[in-house]
Amino acid sequence: MLSYIARRLAVIIPTLILVSIFIFTLQKILPGDPALALAGEERDAATLEFIREKYHLNDPIYLQYINWAGSALKGDLGISLRTNEPVTKLIGSKLPVTIQLAVMAMIIAFLVGVPAGVLSAVKKGTVVDYLANIVALSGLSIPNFWLGIMLILLVSVNLGWLPASGFESIFVDPVRSLQTMIMPAFVLGTSLAATLMRHTRSAMLGVLKADYVRTARSKGVSEHAVIIKHAFRNALLPIVTLSAVLFGQLLAGAVLTEQIFTIPGFGKLIVDAVFTRDYAVVQGVVLCTAIGFLGMNLIADIAYFLLNPRMRSML
Amino acid sequence: MNRKLLAGLMLGVGLSVTPALAADLRIALNSDADMLDPDQSRTFVGRIVYASLCDKLIDITPELKMIPQLATSWSWSDDGKTLTMELREGVTFHDGEPFNAEAVAYNIERSMTLPESKRKSEFTSVESTEVTGEYEIKFHLKNADATLMAQLADRGGMMISPKAAKAAGADFPTNPVCSGPFKFKERVAQDRIVLTKFDKYWNADKIHFDSVTFLPIPDTTVRLANLRSGDIDMLERLAATDLTSAKADSKLKVESATSLGYQGITVNVGRGEAAKKPLGQSKLVRQALSYAIDREALNQVVFEGAFQPGNQQVSPASPWYNKDVPIPARDVEKAKALLKEAGFDRVEIEYSVPNNPVQLQIAQVVQAMAAEANIDIKIVSKEFAKLLDDDSSGNFEASQLGWSGRIDPDGNIHAFAVCGAGMNDSAYCNPEVDKLLNDARVAPDDAARKALYDKASKILDEELPIIYFYHLKWIWALSSKIEGFVPYPDGMIRLENMKLAD
Amino acid sequence: MSAAFDTVDTVEPEALPPRSGNRAWKKLKRNRSALVGLVLVSFFVLIALAAPLLPVPDPAATSWTAVRKAPSAAHWLGTDEIGRDILSRMIWGARASLMAGVVSVIIAVLIGVPLGLLSGYFGKWIDQIISRIADALLATPFLILAIALAAFLGPSLTNAMIAIGLSAMPVFIRLTRGQVLSVKTEDFVEGARAVGLGNGAIIFRYILPNVFAPILVQATLTIATAIIAEASLSFLGLGQQPPAPSWGSMLNVAKNFLTQAPWMAWWPGAAIFLVVLGFNLLGDGLRDALDPRES
Repeated sequence: MLSYIARRLAVIIPTLILVSIFIFTLQKILPGDPALALAGEERDAATLEFIREKYHLNDPIYLQYINWAGSALKGDLGISLRTNEPVTKLIGSKLPVTIQLAVMAMIIAFLVGVPAGVLSAVKKGTVVDYLANIVALSGLSIPNFWLGIMLILLVSVNLGWLPASGFESIFVDPVRSLQTMIMPAFVLGTSLAATLMRHTRSAMLGVLKADYVRTARSKGVSEHAVIIKHAFRNALLPIVTLSAVLFGQLLAGAVLTEQIFTIPGFGKLIVDAVFTRDYAVVQGVVLCTAIGFLGMNLIADIAYFLLNPRMRSML
Repeated sequence: MNRKLLAGLMLGVGLSVTPALAADLRIALNSDADMLDPDQSRTFVGRIVYASLCDKLIDITPELKMIPQLATSWSWSDDGKTLTMELREGVTFHDGEPFNAEAVAYNIERSMTLPESKRKSEFTSVESTEVTGEYEIKFHLKNADATLMAQLADRGGMMISPKAAKAAGADFPTNPVCSGPFKFKERVAQDRIVLTKFDKYWNADKIHFDSVTFLPIPDTTVRLANLRSGDIDMLERLAATDLTSAKADSKLKVESATSLGYQGITVNVGRGEAAKKPLGQSKLVRQALSYAIDREALNQVVFEGAFQPGNQQVSPASPWYNKDVPIPARDVEKAKALLKEAGFDRVEIEYSVPNNPVQLQIAQVVQAMAAEANIDIKIVSKEFAKLLDDDSSGNFEASQLGWSGRIDPDGNIHAFAVCGAGMNDSAYCNPEVDKLLNDARVAPDDAARKALYDKASKILDEELPIIYFYHLKWIWALSSKIEGFVPYPDGMIRLENMKLAD
Repeated sequence: MSAAFDTVDTVEPEALPPRSGNRAWKKLKRNRSALVGLVLVSFFVLIALAAPLLPVPDPAATSWTAVRKAPSAAHWLGTDEIGRDILSRMIWGARASLMAGVVSVIIAVLIGVPLGLLSGYFGKWIDQIISRIADALLATPFLILAIALAAFLGPSLTNAMIAIGLSAMPVFIRLTRGQVLSVKTEDFVEGARAVGLGNGAIIFRYILPNVFAPILVQATLTIATAIIAEASLSFLGLGQQPPAPSWGSMLNVAKNFLTQAPWMAWWPGAAIFLVVLGFNLLGDGLRDALDPRES
C-alpha cells in the first residue's frame, strides 16, 4: 500500500511542477503590463521602472520562475500586486468559503442524485426511470450561469426570498450562511446531482444482476431489504470513490458560480486576478487548486484500493 | 439569538429579510478597492472608502468650493508661490498620535518621495514645506500652481499617522491609520471593508453610525436586489436603466450628481502606424465622426436619457464650460461633406473598446450612427488591462475611454493634451495649446484661467484629439430610511449628518 | 457549467470489435431519447445553415425606437438593448454556438487523438511525457485555463474555440491512450506485427478503426460541454464579439437588463439548454448503440 502511494506521489509532483511552469509561462505572455495597471495615473517612466524592479518584472522569465518556486517551497507565494496582501493569507481566507460552497453543493447533489439513481435502477424501464433520466440529462445540459441568473431574477429580485449575493461563514451565523449559500450551492450541485444519479443507476443495475443479490432474493428476503441491505451497500462503493474525484472538480467549477453570486471565494479571486494581471495570486491559486484536484484523485484511488477486496488481495 | 431563530422560521416559510443592524451602514460598491493607502492607491472606489476613513486638509462643497477640513484657513503670497495653512487643533489620528504641522510635513514628503507613491505628479510644483508653528505650515512652490488646492482636497491632502506609516512602510495598506470619522477594523478582499466609529473624531457630533461596511458587488442587478431586500442600505452607481424602477419603489430613494469626468473617444493622432490612418491624420475626418454622432440619442438609447451629453472636458453644467463651443447637433450630410473635403468617400476606423457590456453597447450605437455617415467602424473589444497597455503605447487608432474627473479643470485636460504629458495617449502636440494650459495653471484668478481654457477648448474642439460624448451621472440609491445624504459631483459618499430615520 | 471535460461519463476503455454501422444505426433508431436528441441537434443545425435564407431582419440592424421591446407580432422574441431583433440574432447566434462546439472538439480530437495514439502505442518516455502533460492540463481548472488562454489570444470567437479545444484535448489523449493500450495486445494486432507490418500501417489499419467508436461518442458528448464552455467564455466577455451575435454574448448583455427585459435572457439560455440536451441525448444513444456488450 505504501509503495503504491509513493508511486502515485512520484507522479503527482512532476505534474504539479508542470502545472506551475505552465501557468507561469501563460501569465507572462499575457498582454497587459502589470506595472502600468499598478501605476494608475502615475505613468511616468521612473515609477513604472520602480514597480518593475520591485516585483522583479524585468528579470528573465526563467529567473522569475526559479525565484517564485524557491519561495513557494518555503511556503511563501508572494504578495498580491493589487492589495499588497500575502497570497497565502488571501488563499487562507478564500479557501474556507469555496470549501463550504462545494460541501453544500455535494450534500445537495447526494440528497438528490443518489436516491434518484436507486429509484431509477429499481424501476428500470418504467416511466419513473425515464423521467429521472430526462431530468438528470437536463441537469447536465443546463448552463449553470444561466440557471444562476434566472434564480437570482426569480428568487431574489421578483420574490425577495433570498439574498442575491454575499457570504457568511456557517460558523459565524448559520442561518444567514444558509440563506446566502443555498442558491449557489444548488446551482453548483445541479450537474453533480445528475452525474451522481447516472452513476448510481448504473452501479445499482450492475449490482442487482449480481449472484449474491439473486441468492438473497431466492432465500425469500424482502425486495426492500434486498435493495437497501444487499444491493445499495455494494453500489455505494464506486459512488463514494467517484465523489472524491467530483469534489476536486467542484472546487474548479465554483469559478463561475462565485462570479455570479458575488461570493468571495477561490473562483472569484482567480478570475479577478487574471483580469487585473495579479500574477502572484493567479499562480498561487492555480497551484492550490491543482493540489486539491490531484489530492482528491489520489484519495479516491486509495479509497477504491482499500474498499475493494479484490484489489486488496493483489497487494 | 431569538432573532436568528425567527429568521430561520421565516426562511422555512420562504420569507427572509434580515434587516441590517440599526447603527451599521452597509454600502455596496461597484468594485473592490485596491490598496488602502492614499499615497499608493489609484481606484475610484478606494476614494469612497477614504471619505470615511481619512480626513483631508481641504474639503469641497457640492458646488466645488474649497472649505476647511483639517486645515482651518489658508492664504497665498502675492506672487502665488507660498501657501500658508492654519491647521485644526485637537485632532488625533486613530492610533492616538496628535495631528500637527509636523504630521502634514511628513505626509507631503511621503507623497512626493515614497517610491510606491502615485501622488508624485500632483506635487511637482512643491519645492518644500516649512513648519512655522505647531499648527501652521507653509508650502513653498517652484512656480505658482492654481491646481495645488484641488490636490490637497483629494488623496494628496489625506493625512495618515506618521508613526504608523513609518512603522509599516509599504505595508501600510493592510492596516491604514488616518484621522477620519471611522477607523479601519478589517478587510476581507473582494468581500468587505469594515470601519468602526472613531470616538475621538474632532467632528464626532455629526457622525451617527457605529460602523460602516463597504461591500464590493460588481453586478448592478445584484446590487439593486440587495438594496431592495434590505441586505444593504445604500449603493453607488445604480445603472441608469434601473432608474425608473428604483424611483417607483417607495422603500428607496435615488440621488444623483453630474460627474466631474467625461466619456468619449481618444484618437491616436501622433504615434506609430495607427496614427497614419485617415482618422489620425485628418481633423476633418474626426469632425465628421463627431457630427455623425447623435449624442442625445446615444444618451437615450443606452442610459434612458439619465446622463449628460457633452462635447468638452467639463460638462455643460460646470462653470468652466465654454458656452461658445456648444454641443454639435447631429448632421449626417455635413459629416459626409467633411469626409469628401478630406478626400474620402468612406473611411474605416479600428475602434478599441473595453469588453464590458455597457461599453460595447455604446460602441455599437456609435458604430450604427457612424455607418450612416459613411464611416465604417470595426469594433475591437479588449480586456481592460490590454486596452490600457495598448493605449499608453500608441497601439490603437481610436479608443473608447473615459476619465473619472477632478475638481480642478486642469485635472481633466492638462495630462491629456499637453505634448508628452503622462496620459496624453493621443500623442497630441500643439505648442499653442501647451502654452494655454500651462498658463492656466499659474494664472492669478479664476476669470483669467477661464479665458485661457476657453481658448484651448476652441482649438481642441476643432482638432479633436479626444471626441467627447457625454458625462455620466453618479446615481446613488438608498433606503428611504436614510436621511441627510448629499450628492457630490466627485461621486464620494460623505457620512457627516447622515442618519437613520426613526 | 461543467467544470472539467474529464467527466466520468467517458466511455469504458474496453476493446471489443465494434458492432457494425448498420446494426448500430438500427439500434439507434429504436432508442427514442436518442432520436429526440437527433431531432434537436438537426433542428438547430438546419437553422444555423439556413440563417441567410430565412425571412428575418438583419441581425445587426438597430432601431432607436425599438429598444428593449417585449415579444410582439413585429418581433416574435422581442428586441435587445439597441433595438435589434432577437429572433434574428438567435438564428445567427446558432451559427456561432454550434461552430464553437464543433470546431473546438475538432481541435481537441486532431491534437488529442494523435498524442494518445503515440502515448499508448509507443509507451515508455513518450507516454510519460504526454501523460504528465495531460495530467497537468487536467489539474488546471478548465475555466481558468480557458480564461487565461482567451485573455492571451484576445477576446474573439476563434480564440475562444482554440482555448476550449486545448482545454478539452487531454480527455481525448487519455481516452485514446486507454483504448490503444487494450487493443494493442489483441490477437489481430499481434498477428499484423508478426507478418511484418510497420507501425504506421498497424496504427491506421488496425488500431484507429477500433478506437473510433468511443472517440465518436466522447466527441458528441464533448460538443455539448464545449457549447456551454463557449457560452461561459462569452458570458465573461471573452467569446464572440459584437455586433456579431452568439448565445453566450447575448446572455452577457442580458444580465444587465434582467429586471427590465428578462426575455433577453430567456431565449439564449433556453436555446443553449436545448442544443446541449440534444447532443447529450444523442451521445448517450450513440454509446448504447455502439456498445458491443449490450444486445
